[in-house]
Amino acid sequence: MNVLLHQVLSGLATGGIYASVALALVMIYQATHLVNFAQGELAMFSTYIAWSLIQAGVPYWVAFFATVAIAFLLGVLIERLIVQPVENAPILSVVIVFIGLLVIFNSLAGWIFSYTIKPFPSPFPAAPPFGNSYVSSHELGSIAITLVVLVLIFAFFRFTPLGLAMRAAAQNPVSSRLVGIRVGWMLALGWGLAAAIGSIAGIMVAPTVFLEPNMMAGILLYAFAAALLGGIDSPGGAVLGGFIVGVLENLVGAVLGTELKLSVALVLIVGVLVIRPSGLFGKVRVTRV
Amino acid sequence: MAPLNDPAPTPARAALSRSQLWGLLLLAAVACVLPFLVSNYRVFQFTLALVYAIALLGLNMLTGYNGQISLGHGAFYAIGAYTAAILMDKFGVPYWLTIPVAGAVCLVAGFLFGLPALRLEGLYLALATFALGVAMPQLLKYKGLEPWTGGVQGITILKPDPPEWVALSQDRWLYFVVLLTLAVLFVIGWNLLRGRIGRAMVAIRDSAVAAQAMGVNTAMVKSLTFGVSAMYTGVAGALGAIVIQFVAPDSFTISLSLLLVVGVVIGGLASISGALYGAVFIQFIPNVADQISKAAPWAIYGVFLIVFMVVMPTGVAGFVRIARARLQRWLAR
Amino acid sequence: MSQLLDVRGLHAQYGPTRVLHGIDFSVEEGGITTILGANGAGKTTTLRAVCGMVKTQGEVTLAGARIDGKPTERIVRLGVAHVPDGRGTFVDLNVEENLRLGAYTRRDKVEVAGDFERVFDYFPRLKERRRQQAGLLSGGEQQMLAVSRALMLRPRLLLLDEPSFGLAPRVVQELFDILRTINQQAGVSMLLVEQNASLALQLADHAYLLETGRVVISGTAEAIRGDAAVRRSYLGY
Repeated sequence: MNVLLHQVLSGLATGGIYASVALALVMIYQATHLVNFAQGELAMFSTYIAWSLIQAGVPYWVAFFATVAIAFLLGVLIERLIVQPVENAPILSVVIVFIGLLVIFNSLAGWIFSYTIKPFPSPFPAAPPFGNSYVSSHELGSIAITLVVLVLIFAFFRFTPLGLAMRAAAQNPVSSRLVGIRVGWMLALGWGLAAAIGSIAGIMVAPTVFLEPNMMAGILLYAFAAALLGGIDSPGGAVLGGFIVGVLENLVGAVLGTELKLSVALVLIVGVLVIRPSGLFGKVRVTRV
Repeated sequence: MAPLNDPAPTPARAALSRSQLWGLLLLAAVACVLPFLVSNYRVFQFTLALVYAIALLGLNMLTGYNGQISLGHGAFYAIGAYTAAILMDKFGVPYWLTIPVAGAVCLVAGFLFGLPALRLEGLYLALATFALGVAMPQLLKYKGLEPWTGGVQGITILKPDPPEWVALSQDRWLYFVVLLTLAVLFVIGWNLLRGRIGRAMVAIRDSAVAAQAMGVNTAMVKSLTFGVSAMYTGVAGALGAIVIQFVAPDSFTISLSLLLVVGVVIGGLASISGALYGAVFIQFIPNVADQISKAAPWAIYGVFLIVFMVVMPTGVAGFVRIARARLQRWLAR
Repeated sequence: MSQLLDVRGLHAQYGPTRVLHGIDFSVEEGGITTILGANGAGKTTTLRAVCGMVKTQGEVTLAGARIDGKPTERIVRLGVAHVPDGRGTFVDLNVEENLRLGAYTRRDKVEVAGDFERVFDYFPRLKERRRQQAGLLSGGEQQMLAVSRALMLRPRLLLLDEPSFGLAPRVVQELFDILRTINQQAGVSMLLVEQNASLALQLADHAYLLETGRVVISGTAEAIRGDAAVRRSYLGY
């Protein structure tokens, strides 16, 4: 029983990370109806920016918020300069451009910062809360930050005019123009926000898995599984999906051995897509022929 | 009229023209003479380029002609490679027999994966195949399969010798084996794509609903295309394993799948010659770029991917086609 | 009476296909102009051209300033609200969110709140369904929502594309009565595109008949209504 509890709590901790990356994916999907394959590498690259700031002596939380701001700008730039030229192209072109971004950011990180693994500081105390042996302060803190971001995103989409305009622009760009929404900038904003969320996820992950250019590859896959499971257009679903995936991954790893963990993600992704593409909480869409 | 940035044009259906036939013969002649003009190491590199060309043709069939995006074709390459390695290492099967077996195994594997993939379109299919590509190395490292796969260490195989009556080095012999396989597979592919099935594939790519309304059995064609595409890439994997003499899980990461995508895009989607251009690109760019930095080749690939999609979506093959048309018009003046 | 909207020599095309071949028409300040014609005559394209949604040549002038060539988002901010064919409602959002989006470009929060009330006065059924998902409303209610959303802009010019389409006759009459009220009370000028000629001619002051992208008849609505020959050969009644 103790072992099971340990696995579940541990799974929740990693699940928190998947949840935050899944949140970034859902963010882009809500704004653009596209899945951003380069999300993980963008997050990783942003984390390296944070690392550079901290190395230069900038205090942790200043570096944290500065990185979030820089990541936001980076996301906006990428959308305006690289994604926008192919926005009316067939889906294949769009996917390839995303892969191009994935590959560029991964190799840029390796080129500029080298492939040596680097430690990354955590803002939370090293001692586990209440002396428990299941969850570290960092893991608990990460989950808390993920939930805070989720609440902020939810509030943004639900209660602000800008959030409403973004939802409208993604659903119906033509009608959005007719009410005066600058659709192009809404897309850019979506990318900026997603990049910002991704950078937070990267900063939370790095202390646990150590900072190196390939740190996000596996995590991205779990995040995809989480986002699909929860519903690709549901932020709450993505977060819940993240926790479920984290726990599942740990349990499967305990039973079948750690090598098959990624296969959990694979099976989940294919399974959800084939059985119930809208996930647990997403909207079921019926397309007319 | 094809929309802007549409990378996959409708392929030409006519038989080869006189000039194209001569060009092909010239190419074949050069290919046969080449190994005798360069060192053994260069021959090895050219052989690998040919191996990539076969893999790229496989992926191109699926993505370029049939419109099903695959970001995980490295998995089929791996299955083909491991099939060949296991047969040679554990069962002593001669190398040339492993090739068709690997092809058959991948044909089935591709067809089976194609079945659930039938329900997935565009982005979601890309996602599912991406997952396959990322998960593959882990599957290969699974302890339960270790007696067969050799786990993390992988399998080493002996380089095959040419038959006694052939006075070639091992590298040159393998070059011709691969070249012959490539020629056979390319001719079969060309016929397939020109014929009814090829037209059905393209029809499905351009409008699945319309194709179905015209009586095309879209499910069967799509699954078959997946299977054949996997078969080609699997055969390439088997050949690659034999040439490199080694298979290990970490040779078949998502990078391989993405490398194949790069090759297909640069070479030109929905084009057979594109497979050759793309193969040369992905085989020889690292040679040049590696000197700048270990990361440089991929940075270049990424930039090329984006630039090509925006500027030259039909790839090098498309560029060649346009250039040749312009040249013919200029000569006709 | 001054012209609010003045269009001269308007050509419009979709890609290589030309749909409008140099048409002239205008809408008076505070007036209602209707453009009639059969399917494919180019009526919807005309509205899209005014809004900057298609490629055009020619002059489109709004209150003395040229708006041709400007992007749609800019034209909207100059006070042009377009109720498109098919209604263009945000089906996944609720009624209130749809209306709020109509007022997206406005800065005057207090006035916007007032306009909500005014719109609910015109269309009480929308008030009942305030929090309902727009996609679940009936055809008539969605049309009312589409018009309301346009009104939330406090437009000077309201463009309406076949508002009677797919609606029961009683609902259409109700809608057109409300349009007349809006025109008279709030002074909103309207450019109405319709296939239902008799209804449109009852509402409008001026009318133009389009046939394959050209204006073949123009005049006051009263004159055209009264001309039995024109009505029989062109309008079918």
